[in-house]
Amino acid sequence: MKLNEKGATMPAEVVDGKPVSRLSYLTITVLSLIVMLLFLEIIGRRANPMFASYPTAIAVELVRMTADGRLVFAFLESLWPLLVGFALAAALGVPLGVLIGRFRSVEAAIGIYITAGYAMPLVALVPLYILWFGLGFGVKVAIITTLTFFPICINAWLGVKMVPRTLIEVGLSFVASKQEILRKIVLPASVPYIMSGFRLGVGKAIIGMIVAEFFTAITGLGGIIINAANSFETAQMLAPIVVIMVFAVAVTALLAWAERKIAPWHQELTRQD
Amino acid sequence: MAQQLEIRNVVKHFNLKHGGKSTTVKALDDVSFDISQGEIVAITGPSGCGKTTMLRIIMGLETASSGEVISCGKKVTGCGFDRSLVFQHAELLPWRNAKSNVAFGLELMGMAQGERDGVADRYLAMVGLSDAADRLPHQLSGGMKQRVGIARALATEPYILLMDEPFGALDAQNREDLQNELLDIHGQTKKTIVIVTHDLDEAVLLADRVIVMKAGLVQEVLTVEIPRPRGRLAALRGNAEFGRKRLALWELLHEERQSA
Repeated sequence: MKLNEKGATMPAEVVDGKPVSRLSYLTITVLSLIVMLLFLEIIGRRANPMFASYPTAIAVELVRMTADGRLVFAFLESLWPLLVGFALAAALGVPLGVLIGRFRSVEAAIGIYITAGYAMPLVALVPLYILWFGLGFGVKVAIITTLTFFPICINAWLGVKMVPRTLIEVGLSFVASKQEILRKIVLPASVPYIMSGFRLGVGKAIIGMIVAEFFTAITGLGGIIINAANSFETAQMLAPIVVIMVFAVAVTALLAWAERKIAPWHQELTRQD
Repeated sequence: MAQQLEIRNVVKHFNLKHGGKSTTVKALDDVSFDISQGEIVAITGPSGCGKTTMLRIIMGLETASSGEVISCGKKVTGCGFDRSLVFQHAELLPWRNAKSNVAFGLELMGMAQGERDGVADRYLAMVGLSDAADRLPHQLSGGMKQRVGIARALATEPYILLMDEPFGALDAQNREDLQNELLDIHGQTKKTIVIVTHDLDEAVLLADRVIVMKAGLVQEVLTVEIPRPRGRLAALRGNAEFGRKRLALWELLHEERQSA
């Protein structure tokens, strides 16, 4: 990043000497979407409708299923365990990650389980989860929390480890206690990493949600997918998948926006021109 | 003049681990010197001579393997508000604006919000940054950042200001501006200042005494007999005493390089 005396008057970004505004990046994204949809439409229309579908057919299903209320009901049914599971994962993952990152002995004691847990093939454990938690709301939350916990915890851990030693020394030089260093230096410095953990967690939580709806009580968006698939209604099966993807993109954008609001300094430090 | 800082036979070993084999490196080997109240002392020497380690031990960020540091009559056992450190790259907290960074030490001292606002404003004004109070560090230039770093160190009103190559990362013009400002601040506050630098001009222009270190030892102490106030640095470079001591310092460091 180039330093600028006036600070506030920096151009948004500079590529090859020409300023590129946020708007033209948006244009690129929109163009990319149009090309992709056209491509899928052409390919999809050539295929047997049992094996594949295409954007306009899916759009028709989306409208129909929204109008009869099925999609909205299923979405809300899925959303509730998703929110509870994510909140639990964040409430457990952030403090534990901070603890592991801050204390070398805690890291030595349980760091290995967190790393191993991140790679755990959870789908294989679902039968066990059903034995433990049943088939209802509880097991869905448990599956979502388990999947989401690890990326959130690992990012908080990494964030704490990445706090520059010199920033901590600033606190030490002003006789800060361990607790003050944690609260006034380590935690604020880790915020961008914790937010990245949340973003990765959203993806994991959604996977957890669908897995739970497939393998426990068949409900929500996952339920529509599996019922439609069983009756070879491919367009109907793909409609909730589109809803899920749009939802994930929206939540990720929301979190990125929140990160810019909470830690505007981080983006400036890491911007690659 | 009262002795503000006494360094008594300080030795510092570091244990370096290399593939399971640990070797001991002696960074400081029996260093002693005194610094008087209101004095500016520069510590210089080649890379690895132990000058930064010495400063960190004075600050209390590192402990001596043996020997002691006495600051304001008390043995140093850790960091304390009698001393403040200006870091090499300012090290401002990136999520706090300039004013809040200046107030950081006051906050840790337990000063009430209203009072620390007033103090922070005063020290921001001292370094000429009242207008930039609300800016975050990434919106400040390198020179402005280090001004905030100096204001932060001064705000807790330490007796001794310790500076670790504070202007080394700045361009020539900014460096000279800040050196001038440091002399002004010294004139106003009469702080005791210890500045580690590898810039010979800086050492002679600013300091009353220059401590030259070599391989963990004090090799020589040069006294710079230029009266204060010294005026603008640009004019000071023409001073005969500056020329003599600059040359003496250069020769000391040069002869060292030949023998090494």
